[in-house]
Amino acid sequence: MTAAPVTTAPPPAGPAPAARRARRRPSARHLALAPLSLLMVLPFLYMLGASVMTRAQLNRFPPPLVPPGVDLTGYRELLAGSEFPRWFLNSVIVSAAIVASQVVLCSMAGYAFARLRFAGRRVTLALVIATTLIPFQLTVIPTFLIFNRLHLINTLGALIAPQLASALGVYLMTSFFQNFPRELEEAARIDGCSRWGVFFRVVLPVARPALAALAVITFIYAWNDLFWPMVAISSKENYTVQAGLATFQGQHRADWPQIMAGTVLTTVPVLIVFLVGQRRFVQALAGAVKG
Amino acid sequence: MSAATATRGAGRRAPADPGGPPDGGRNVRRRLTDQAAAWSFAGPSTLLVLGFSLLPMGWAFRLSLTDSDLVSEGQGVGLANYRTLAHDPVFWKSIRNTAELVGLYIPVSLLLGLAVALLLNKPIRGIGFYRACFLVPFVASAAAEGLLMAFVFDKDFGVVNGLLTRTGLPAQGFLDDPSQAMLVITGIFVWTQFGFNVVIYLAALQEIPKEVMEAASIDGAGPWRTFRHIVVPSVRSISLFLAVWGLIDCLQFFDLLLTTTKGGPVNSTITIVYYVWQLAFEYFTAGYGAAVAYTLFAGSLATIVAGLVFGRRKGFLL
Repeated sequence: MTAAPVTTAPPPAGPAPAARRARRRPSARHLALAPLSLLMVLPFLYMLGASVMTRAQLNRFPPPLVPPGVDLTGYRELLAGSEFPRWFLNSVIVSAAIVASQVVLCSMAGYAFARLRFAGRRVTLALVIATTLIPFQLTVIPTFLIFNRLHLINTLGALIAPQLASALGVYLMTSFFQNFPRELEEAARIDGCSRWGVFFRVVLPVARPALAALAVITFIYAWNDLFWPMVAISSKENYTVQAGLATFQGQHRADWPQIMAGTVLTTVPVLIVFLVGQRRFVQALAGAVKG
Repeated sequence: MSAATATRGAGRRAPADPGGPPDGGRNVRRRLTDQAAAWSFAGPSTLLVLGFSLLPMGWAFRLSLTDSDLVSEGQGVGLANYRTLAHDPVFWKSIRNTAELVGLYIPVSLLLGLAVALLLNKPIRGIGFYRACFLVPFVASAAAEGLLMAFVFDKDFGVVNGLLTRTGLPAQGFLDDPSQAMLVITGIFVWTQFGFNVVIYLAALQEIPKEVMEAASIDGAGPWRTFRHIVVPSVRSISLFLAVWGLIDCLQFFDLLLTTTKGGPVNSTITIVYYVWQLAFEYFTAGYGAAVAYTLFAGSLATIVAGLVFGRRKGFLL
């Protein structure tokens, strides 16, 4: 009652300076944001530039800031004369398998933890989430031994298996399904649909945005992983792009055009997925924290 | 179904579905099939996640009491590995480096993240573009970024030294200089990670009700007082979360090292994780590596729990 006059009184005088301030402030923000954001991506632009320079140009000091011309020797050598295409294919296979598996298994688990009542539900979910506190460095040595015993070390299977499901994925999907409209499932259940039928025919299609978010985030992590491939893979032809590049550098120390071409080609897929799924990715990150 | 909703908070011993027939036998059978159905959904992920964490975790402890060489199980040596690491200078160096990383990375990445989030927290044209720019280093792989930065900061051919000498400043050793390497690495790490903090802070800032901000500006609160009395309390718990998250990131810090300094020069950038990796997979002293990893785990768990308890009680984090 008393608040109303206060908010309605200023308009005649208020909006003008407020609007002016609002108009001015964003440009001040741009002044700070533009250089900062440029600084963030500048190294990548330089990476792109360096990948089209010649070896002679890159071995000169000081090196050119902008490529004097476009020379694709680095790319040509990388694609024709190294195992990079093979590594790339391995990365695609491994990431695709991990994404597919996580989207199915984590959404199933998330649905169960959020929607179904069963014995041990709370304890199990808490246990799954608590595993995120276990550093991978602790489990990596025994995991290596397990796969070694199964004769899976140095295969792509060893890269895929530990990532078939993840605590983060389960957690993301659980918090998503907790805010999911119940009416749909109920209607389908009343129509005589089985639990699996409800899940696959009713729930999953509606959950598509969350699945996309999970897929984007899983792909980015799977594609970028370096630690486990470095441990689990011993022969060159089974490397992922990340592991391949990391070892490549050691063997071709001065071959910077080729290495830069490799980093560009390694970064491009993940950038495409990120830019296409940016909204979902941001949602998933923010959602993971809020939930 | 509706009964389950109503009793959600009351524990899992929910009364049987009142809509069903009051016949005991059929109810039991139905509840059992419901349980089985639920577990068939939750089971695969649970088994995989727990199987790939709890099982190796137990095994790692057993390994840490052996002299395993990564191929064989090795002989039991009791606590000898733990005694050795107490006098291992590289182990202590790796602890010191990791602590330096944590101590520098967390405050810088939180403050920078919050500052950028505040700049973005207004309807501003091109927000999507800016957010993408800040996230690109977070999304790109640490391996590629490490290779790129090894090149950019190269002592003899790097573009940064190129710029320094062009402007008449002395060239630096950067990653080749033991006194600078850890600092440069931390800077690179901040560059790759703080976009995450921007996104999380931005989400937190957008949760602050508009009315609160409006009320503050009507009451004549300037930007500093708004920040101090509205923004800071609102992001306090998220800051604690980001600090813990940053701590975990620092403790697992590996990829950038592998593609830049490999822990050198003279162990000046070696972290605990990198040391564990070296011990197990380069020197084939897996038992000792497991002991170092276990010490890291126990220490970090204690730090995280202490941090959470202390931070919650004092609300000291921003």
